[in-house]
Amino acid sequence: MSRIDAVFTGLKERGEKGLVVYLTAGDPGASSSLSYLRAAADGGADILEVGIPFSDPTADGPTIQAASRRALDGGMTPGRALSLVSDFRKTHETPVVLFGYYNPFLQYGIHRFCRDAGTAGADGILSVDLPFEEFDEMAPEAMRAGLDWIPLASPTSGLPRIRRVAARGSGFLYLISVTGITGVRKALPPAVAAWTREVKARVSLPLAVGFGISTPAMAREATRHADAAVVGSACVKVVEANGANRTGPEALKRFIRSLKKGIEVE
Amino acid sequence: MREYKSSKLPDQAGHFGPFGGRYVAETLMTALIELEKAYRAAAKDRRFAAELSDLLRNYAGRPTPLYFARRLTEKLSGARIFLKREDLAHTGSHKINNTLGQGLLAKRMGKKRVIAETGAGQHGVATATVCAMMGMECAVFMGSEDMKRQELNVFRMRLLGAEVVPVESGSRTLKDAMNEALRDWVTNVRTTHYLIGSTAGPHPYPMMVRDFQSVIGKEALRQFRDAAGGLPSAVVACVGGGSNAMGIFTPFIPRKEVRLIGVEAAGQGLSSGRHGATLCRGRVGVLHGSKSFVIQDNEGQIREAHSISAGLDYPGVGPEHAYLKTTGRAEYVAVTDEQALGGFDALSRHEGILPALESSHAVAHGIRLARRMRRSERILINLSGRGDKDITIIEGALGGGRVAH
Repeated sequence: MSRIDAVFTGLKERGEKGLVVYLTAGDPGASSSLSYLRAAADGGADILEVGIPFSDPTADGPTIQAASRRALDGGMTPGRALSLVSDFRKTHETPVVLFGYYNPFLQYGIHRFCRDAGTAGADGILSVDLPFEEFDEMAPEAMRAGLDWIPLASPTSGLPRIRRVAARGSGFLYLISVTGITGVRKALPPAVAAWTREVKARVSLPLAVGFGISTPAMAREATRHADAAVVGSACVKVVEANGANRTGPEALKRFIRSLKKGIEVE
Repeated sequence: MREYKSSKLPDQAGHFGPFGGRYVAETLMTALIELEKAYRAAAKDRRFAAELSDLLRNYAGRPTPLYFARRLTEKLSGARIFLKREDLAHTGSHKINNTLGQGLLAKRMGKKRVIAETGAGQHGVATATVCAMMGMECAVFMGSEDMKRQELNVFRMRLLGAEVVPVESGSRTLKDAMNEALRDWVTNVRTTHYLIGSTAGPHPYPMMVRDFQSVIGKEALRQFRDAAGGLPSAVVACVGGGSNAMGIFTPFIPRKEVRLIGVEAAGQGLSSGRHGATLCRGRVGVLHGSKSFVIQDNEGQIREAHSISAGLDYPGVGPEHAYLKTTGRAEYVAVTDEQALGGFDALSRHEGILPALESSHAVAHGIRLARRMRRSERILINLSGRGDKDITIIEGALGGGRVAH
């Protein structure tokens, strides 16, 4: 059982819902980024998504674009992101999903990246711009390295496709709540609940719903039928607001606690 | 070396050998599959073909002429130079061939809104034009740096009723405009058609844009036979994303005796690091939905391209060009900003034709090539666009003195 599987099994046994937190590796700097990752785990994140910054993040909104820019300006690279994960792993057991665009993986070398990610203590890979049709380029290597391959489903995917996509993945299925890019939104589209329930009934992988979730109430709503909520831009905004300030990680921890509290089942 | 088999490409998944494919967010996949289906159905539909061919003829002014550049040829005392006059097509460049095709397709698919990216503004103008004519809402994404460089085209698009959306991220040029267009499309995918202007992007765009632009080469092949007899020794076209080059190359690909030469932007020089010569200097990577050559650093971050011509200022290139290069069927060279200005100057002075700065790259290389070739040989240059849009840049670059002599 992978570390990610163990998290979802544990949540299910306790009747709880999970919180997945996204942060960009190297934002705002390499060492402060490690403090934020630790704070996120300490605040109660069940899984961390660590973004490998890319110069042209076409699926991301302004918040994560800016975070990627800060990280790249600070010299973050895929190799340094792996060192970051390896440092994090020295103190924490929280599963880590490496989240990124395909080109940096490709230039590092797919086989090499998957192997080094496994060695660093990462648990899964999610490549935003590698859809089902191109899975073969990376998914088999990731799985050979003992990593979960996290597939994505979107409101435009349609159930037959979602089932095919889910069948090739492991760990959890990342359900994109809206057609669009990442970023804080004021409300989830009303259709999310029904759609999540429909997918849940037909897919055996745990479901994590993401994109736009920014408040404890929204996280709660997202997990009504799903197993976890993913919060990205709202957490990155906390990092953005605090920068390398020593109190920043504490602020993130508090925010994550509030999210976690929001999704607690009464 | 693999042999190039054009009639079969791309394969079902959009691959040209190891290049091409669909590297996009999941949200766009269904739209790409639908688009491909709609395109394949339209391509078989005789009514669609008839409607497009009527528009190409009566609206865009096709066929564009093939012109023998007599005075330029005499000056060079080398190979004879022929120009395919895409600058004479409606809106002033070859871009209209593709926007008419995709515009009809968007209507057929019931899309009410069209978005596009643009560098030099030629594709933006051609898209705005077709949207005005077909009654569709139009938004064009354009880097704010390019908006400054191509002010005239920004004004033209606005006159045509399009919204021009300034893009402030990255290098504020074509690459960033495409990023922003993709972000819009992923948000409004259900109602919007993304009208990509180049043979770049995810499948089916490289195939579809090539097919719509192939009208250039088909006409040129016939016109060349009629005017000069036989085939040209070489076909020369500039390459940014690669649409005018694919358009003129495609029918010549099976004619092995014809050299196909793509001309990239060497900017301030290939060794300066400030250029747009993706095929000459890039490495294999993934950008904007397809695998091809990319100008990037060792970590896979995309680098900014540089060229005096906004249309060639792009760190990617269409995947079929990558395949033509690696199979050896086409050659790719690069021409600096300064050399391109020389090409502009020569064509203006000797032929009375002001070429676009993009096309000036092809002209500059054509001149270089003609000098080294025999008088019995013939070169066909794709004059992809007219230069009016570039007058202020050229004025700045040449300075008053040189213009006055």
